[in-house]
Amino acid sequence: MRLLALVVLLLALVLLPAMPVSAATPRTTLPDVEDEVMCTQCGTALNISEAPSADRERAFIRAQIEKGRTKEEIKAALAEEYGPRVLAVPSRGGFDRAAFLVPALLGLLALGGVAFAAMRWRRMRDDDPYPTGPELDRADSRRLDEELKAFKG
Amino acid sequence: MGKGPAAVVVVLAAALVGLLSYGVAQRGEDRSIDAAVAGGERIAPPSAEQKLGLLGSPERTRSLADFRGKVVVLNFWASWCKPCVDELPLLQRTQERLATQNAMVLGVNLRDVSSDALGFVRRFKLTYPSLRDPDAELARAYGTVGYPETFVIDREGRIAAKRRGPVTQAWLDETLPELLAERA
Repeated sequence: MRLLALVVLLLALVLLPAMPVSAATPRTTLPDVEDEVMCTQCGTALNISEAPSADRERAFIRAQIEKGRTKEEIKAALAEEYGPRVLAVPSRGGFDRAAFLVPALLGLLALGGVAFAAMRWRRMRDDDPYPTGPELDRADSRRLDEELKAFKG
Repeated sequence: MGKGPAAVVVVLAAALVGLLSYGVAQRGEDRSIDAAVAGGERIAPPSAEQKLGLLGSPERTRSLADFRGKVVVLNFWASWCKPCVDELPLLQRTQERLATQNAMVLGVNLRDVSSDALGFVRRFKLTYPSLRDPDAELARAYGTVGYPETFVIDREGRIAAKRRGPVTQAWLDETLPELLAERA
């Protein structure tokens, strides 16, 4: 009996990795693709579009899902039918370059602003050190020392 | 804030506003064809040399320039656009009339799934070709904003008439005879 259990266990260990990957791969869903592609008619993300062409686009995606295609395969098929603009990523040419450049410039500007504010704050702190009270005269200083001694003693 | 950093912020804000204005201007509607045609002028069509795949045979490409010498009724359409589909039978009848007069209908199918478009080609037994303009690049060059839109190209390859919206038999009858009578 123990031998049989061992054989079953060994067989399971050998066969499990050989199972088809598709069994472990989650099936592509419409919402998963919809938010990464555009409605080509209205220029908005497909998941918020109600245009007639958007319905056809969704039908196309559903048909691709039925065929067992992955998200990337479906996006490639969409790009083949509708051109690269269907993918919800800006192109790397023309005015669309601004989509990459503006956030980078704003990031640099924000960094510069933080650095400038930090330097300014530090300079202000150096110019205006921790404030001290008025100098004690000799008599007051002696009395303070005596009182401190008495307090410690 | 000192004068230096304030100036940098002002310059950057101005640059951003400029960039946005440029983007809006670039994506605005181009109505130069309308203005020219309304003034009785005939102008060269945009992107006439641009090669596009044929609907149903994407490996075979054609440009509008390939049809020079013919009167071409250039119709932008999509299968999801009901008015576009409604006018397909009229365009097919027009094609049958034009075929013997060195003229033709040329469809430009845009933003469409090719199998959907081919379904209508079969359903209405369309005999004229359609070019595929997947992301409407050619349509944008013509300033199209809604569909269908139709342009008539004369034998010299110039835009002679345009119809933004569905064509009618009356419009075709009014527009085509004069152009068909012209010699290349």
